[in-house]
Formats: sequence, C-alpha cells, structure tokens
Amino acid sequence: MQLKNIFKFNGGVHPDENKIISTRLPIAKLAIPKKLVLPLRQHVGHVAKVKVKPGDQVLKGQIIAEADGNISAAIHAPTSGKILKISEEVLPHPSGLPDFCIIIEPDFKDTWIEKKPIAWKKLDKTQLIEALSQSGIVGLGGAVFPSHMKLKTNQNQTINTLVINAAECEPFITCDDMLMRERADEIIQGSLIAQTILGAEKCVVGIEDNKIEAYEALKKAAQKTLVEIKVVPTLYPSGDAKRLIFLLMGIEVPKEKRSVDLGIQVFNVATVAAIYRYLEFGEPSISRIVTITGAVKTPQNYEVLFGTPLSELIKTAGGSLNKQKKFIMGGPMMGFDLPSIDVPVTKAMNCVIESSPELFPAPKPVMPCIRCARCADACPVNLQPQELYWFSKSSQLEKAREYNLFDCIECGCCTYVCPSNIPLVQFYRYAKSEIIAQDKSKEAANTARERNEFRLARIEREKKERAERHAQKALGAQDKQAEEEKKSTIAAAMERVKQNQQENIKN
Amino acid sequence: MENRSPYIVNAPSVSIIMLKVLLALIPGIALYVLVFGLGVIINILLASLTVILTESVILALRKLPIKPFILDGSGLVTAWLLALSIPSIAPWWIIVLGTLLCIIFGKHLYGGLGYNLFNPAMVGYAILLISFPSIMTHWQIPTNLMANHINWLDQISIIFNSNVFPKETLDAMSSATPLDYIKTQLTLHQPLNMIQQDKIFGFIGGRGLELINLGYLAGGLYLLKEKIISWHLPVAFLSTLFLTALIFHIAAPDTYASPLFHIMSGGSILCAFFIITDPVSAPTTPKGKIYFAAGIALLVFIIRIFGGYPEGIAFAVLLFNICVPLIDSLTQPRVFGHK
Repeated sequence: MQLKNIFKFNGGVHPDENKIISTRLPIAKLAIPKKLVLPLRQHVGHVAKVKVKPGDQVLKGQIIAEADGNISAAIHAPTSGKILKISEEVLPHPSGLPDFCIIIEPDFKDTWIEKKPIAWKKLDKTQLIEALSQSGIVGLGGAVFPSHMKLKTNQNQTINTLVINAAECEPFITCDDMLMRERADEIIQGSLIAQTILGAEKCVVGIEDNKIEAYEALKKAAQKTLVEIKVVPTLYPSGDAKRLIFLLMGIEVPKEKRSVDLGIQVFNVATVAAIYRYLEFGEPSISRIVTITGAVKTPQNYEVLFGTPLSELIKTAGGSLNKQKKFIMGGPMMGFDLPSIDVPVTKAMNCVIESSPELFPAPKPVMPCIRCARCADACPVNLQPQELYWFSKSSQLEKAREYNLFDCIECGCCTYVCPSNIPLVQFYRYAKSEIIAQDKSKEAANTARERNEFRLARIEREKKERAERHAQKALGAQDKQAEEEKKSTIAAAMERVKQNQQENIKN
Repeated sequence: MENRSPYIVNAPSVSIIMLKVLLALIPGIALYVLVFGLGVIINILLASLTVILTESVILALRKLPIKPFILDGSGLVTAWLLALSIPSIAPWWIIVLGTLLCIIFGKHLYGGLGYNLFNPAMVGYAILLISFPSIMTHWQIPTNLMANHINWLDQISIIFNSNVFPKETLDAMSSATPLDYIKTQLTLHQPLNMIQQDKIFGFIGGRGLELINLGYLAGGLYLLKEKIISWHLPVAFLSTLFLTALIFHIAAPDTYASPLFHIMSGGSILCAFFIITDPVSAPTTPKGKIYFAAGIALLVFIIRIFGGYPEGIAFAVLLFNICVPLIDSLTQPRVFGHK
C-alpha cells in the first residue's frame, strides 16, 4: 500500500483506531427479532407515506411506506409478518424525541415478495434512476440522503469523477471495512453502475492505509475494471467528503458549493453495494452492516434488519443490558449518546459502542483557553477554533459568523487536542443554533413588517377611494354619475395595478 | 439530549505544558549557577514562593478554585522568567516585589490565566526597571573573574542584607552588561574592537552569559521538539535580529556589534524561546506570529542601539502585546474552500 499523489489537508488527528477488536470475526447475521420498529423518517427529506394499516400481512421486501416526492425514500418490510400498529417511538437521534414508526410482528417465515431483478445493463439512465427511487437506498455512510437523487444530474451538470468513500476514518467503526473484505465484488459492481448512470469518466475509491485486507480485496475485485483504488493516510477526518476529494484530487470544494458543482459525486461503499444488490437481485434496502463494539463481550459486525431493537444486537454481542449503561451511536469523534437501548436499528446506524469509563473517561475539568492554537493546527478546515470559541462563549454571534463558524464540520479535532479540556464543538453547535434561530426570527419579523406595511397602505387606499366616491355623490350629477363611477373604478384599478407593480419592484 | 462528542481527547494538560517549559529552563539555570553562583537559585525560590502565596490569596479573593490554578504552573513560569531576568545579586525584595507586580498587574487584574493582554513577566520586569534602574542594571560579574572570590553564603547574605559588605566590595563584584558597556563606551568615542577587549566579553557575547544563553537555546530546542512552541516565533525573532544587526554591522563595523553578538547577548535567546512564546499574549495565527516576533526583534535592536536603555526586550514585547488582536485579525489564514 503506497501513498501516491495524495494532497494533504491542514491538521487532522490520529486517535487510537480501536478497529481490530471488531474485525476478528466475520460479518454475522442477526436473528429476526420478535418486533421490528421502522421509523418513517430514516432519511433526509420528506417523511415516507404509509401504505399499510394495522392488521395487514406483509412480505419481506414489500413497500410499507413509499417515498413522498423526490427527496424521500421508501421503506420496505425487512421480513414477512403482520403490521401491529403505527405509533410514536423513541428514535436513535441526538434529540431523543419520539417519531412515527410502523411496528411489524414477524411471522419468522421470512417469505420474500417476488423479487424483481432489474436488467440494469439494458436500461438507460432515467429508467435506472426511476427504478432506484423505489429501492429505499439512502447514503449508508451516515448522511442518509436518498441515493437516486444523487445519481440524477441536470442538463448543464456533468459528473466527471465518481469518488467512492472507503476511508472509514472514525475510530471503532469497521462496518465498511468488513463489507469491503467480504463483498468487494458487490462494491466494485455497484461503483461501476453508479459511474455509468452518472456518466463519469473516472471512478476512484479512497481508502485509509490502515485497512490492508479491505484494500487487497477491492484491488482484486477491481482488477479488470478501470476503477482506481487509491490509498489515503490514516488521518481523521479523511472520510469527510470534502476532505477526501482534496486528498484524492487536490481539489477544494469552494465555500457554499457542492462537489457536484465541480463534477464530482461521492458515494459510500455500502451505498453502492446496496445499489448493486437492488438492481442485480431485486433486494431493496432492508438491512445494513452495523458494528457493535466497545465494552461488549464480543465486538463484531452484524447484518441487521432495519427496525431491530438495538437491545437485541447488544444482547447478541454480549453487551450490558443495564439501563444505566451508555451506548454511543457512530464513532467516538462525532457520535452521540443513544437515548435508550430500545431504539431501533435504522439506515443511519453504522456503529454502536458500549461506553465504559476506561474507554471514554469523564471529561476533565475545563481550564481557561491559553490560546495555544493547537486547535487551529488540528482543524481540517483551517479555521481558528480559539477565536470561534471566544466569540461563541461571549455570544458575539456576528463575529463568529464572520470567522466562518458555518464552515465548521464539527469533526471534533479541536476538542481532541485542547489542553484546557474545553468542549469546543459544543460551543460551536450552540452558536450555530443561536444564529439560525436569530435569522429565523429576523426573517419572521421582516415578513410581519412587510405585511403590516401592505395592510396600512391598503387601508389608506380604501379610505381615499371611499372619500372620492362620497365627494362625487355629493356633486349630484345623476346621469353622469354612472359614467364617472365607472371611470373612477377603472382609474382606481389602474392605480392599484401601478401600486402593485411598485410594490413588486420594491420587493 | 446534549451531544457530547468527541468522547476522546489526547492533549497534554496545561500543567504538563508549563512543566515542560520549566524543565526547558533547567539547563540555562544550571549554567547560570556554574558561572555566577547560587544567587539565581535564591531568586527563583523567592519568586516561586511569592507566586504561590500571592496567587492563592488572589484566587481565594476571586472565589476561584485554588488547587487547579496553582497546579497549572503558569504562575511558576512567570516567576522563573522574572527571576532569570533580574540581576542575581539584587536585594531580596526586588524579586518579591517584581513577582507581586507580575501576578497582580500582569495577570489577575486582567482575569488570570488565559486573559492577560501583556506578558506578565515583562510587566513586572518593566516596572522594576523603571523604578529601580540602578539595581536593575548592576549585574554580578562571573565568580571566576572576581578578585576576591565570594562563596555562595556570601551571595545569600548580599541578597538578604547588602550592608554586610562594604560598598567597594559590592562595586567590585558587579558591572554593567556587555550591551550596556558598549553603549556607554561608544558615547566616549571608543572604537568597538577596543571596547570588546574588556574582560566582561567572551567569545561571542558576554563572558559566561553566552554560556547561559547556550543553555537556554538547548531548552528552546527541546520545547520545539516537544511541540510546546511553534517554530515561527523563535525563527522570526532571531533571524530578524540577526539580519538587522548584520546590515548595521556591515555598514559600520566600528560602531555596531556583530549580529552574533546581538543574538548571544542580553535576553535574546530567552526572549526568542521563552518570553514571546507565551501563548496567551502572542498571536495565534502562523503569519501573525512571524510579524509579531519580527516586530519585537526590530524594536529590541532599535532600543539597544538608539534607545535610552541597554536592553529593550521588555518594552518591545509589551508594545507588541498591544498589537496582538490587530495582528490576529489581519492575518487570518485562508479557510478550506475559500479564496
């Protein structure tokens, strides 16, 4: 594995990888649980529309909620069984808020609906995208954006490079690593499909140099293809899309632009594998690989049906079912505390870590910032975290924005290296939410002001018109009145039009 | 629910950073003792004691936890730097008063650790220099140059009671620093090469002093290696001082000392690696650090050559401390994806 033609970004950190513990065993299949809880919102965009009702029998792979519009994803029954109810359940989300879920009681027969493989080699781009819009596939790297939308390009947009994100830079997480080791072919085939749909000239897989087995497997699978497997250094956050693009191509995606604007589209390895399975075998998105690791007895990767209660996974891996125990979803750098072990496994859940004081000691007491700028040295976006901290802490929100707070990707590198143990990222999250709230209230105030001004103008106008009518009546020219009235109505209408136009120009 | 990530950290604590700075001063201090005797140790002990007592009282008054803010070690760094900046035979109350000034006016009146606008050690030093110019410019000569050799007990008694020795003895064991000496002799129209024949001059800088500076240099390199300080500050400071001195030296070698002399004299090395590297009162951006250090070096040279004081580090540092917010705001690095 050689690092060649790599463009290093500023900063980054290299925490203890802790990956080996969960790669000793192959991916195992988790048994069908007694109950599946499928949230209607497992993706970015519109909530899926429910197509079943309590009591319905469903087959494995059957659509139980369909995509609502383009930016949405369908939800399929992960196994056959009966719809129990549709109710609010606690979800694996930092907010810990409940949301609507379809509850399925499996019949343990696991009967597939008739699978309809798609002759993808014969279909054109539009047909493939149309087909994939039913697949329920979303970005499995954690962003959960509907994948078919990422394959769509408008006329004046051309994609020249497809980047496959195989970096998996967060410590502990190994679901992509194991997938690459065991199903490299599916990944390469999926990549080729995505490349064809996008019409991209090149396809580059970016993988960190700590995943030797996965690299070898991909290399072998890609042998007779033009897919390039490129090794990037093990340096968190190399898996951040913009950082990965820079590492691989030396291109900085400009501020407020997306990579597609530069002709680059990025997919996660698990996502392209899912695309392949959907087209080749007609299997929609009903499961994913989840790493269960940390303080559990046997850390391992499992293929888990969506909706499986997390407690089942924890139990199988020999984890603690003590309610006091903390579980982290995602990695230790950007993950969050799960509100409960009863949450279901969702499309976004790549890794669950059982926390322990040995693995993640309680934060040390916070000391004042000594402006050592280690955070700035570690920032992969080249921000000045110590300034952002100062502005956030003192609620100088405009200053924080001016110092590019919104470029912060919340990767946590700054906090990781802070000698004063300041939870910097939390300050940025706070400042961002404050600014967004302020902007919203400002916008609302502006709208209200505009409406009020419009209302006042209208009242004034009506008053005037009434006065004019009264004056004319007083003149008493009976025969002329009808004509005059008509004229003034027309004039008033014209005036209104004029005023409207002016109003429009002003706006 | 609050999102607490990242859950892992890997950073040396503030205490460890400060401890390493203290550690880096040890070679210089050891050589100091070798050349000038134990006086400096007395000063360091007095300063340390003063800083711990004063900070404890102030922290108690400010209702702040005492233990973490004493153990952070930043007070000790200030105390040691001040102790190394004053003459080693200065009376005991000089270092005690100086340390009080550093901690009260340099540090806690601004809000304590992390909030000081000025380098605390330089605040104390500058006030002492202005208030007690005679004491602050009478440096002991190396013990091996003294006619009457004095032992460490004598040194201690001088520090605590200067009246035990006749004034002549005291005068005989102290002199101006090489920088000071050159300055006064030049006003008497002596050529530089004659001036530098005096016994207080060594190979490059002041006799003995140059050795201590080598000790500081070793410590500074250790701090660089440990990534406690960034290279920008010492490199920009020393190279600017060197180049400026070089230009003057080439133009008029009889009047202006060699660039190496400037580097190895006075507090140049201590300043480059230990004083301007105080992160709180220095800029944080890489470019800013370079401008800051280069500006200080230029000002140090100007004060040394044209100013009223033989050494200008304290004033230069304090003046540039004022500029830090401006320097930082003008030297923001380009953010990823920005033009």
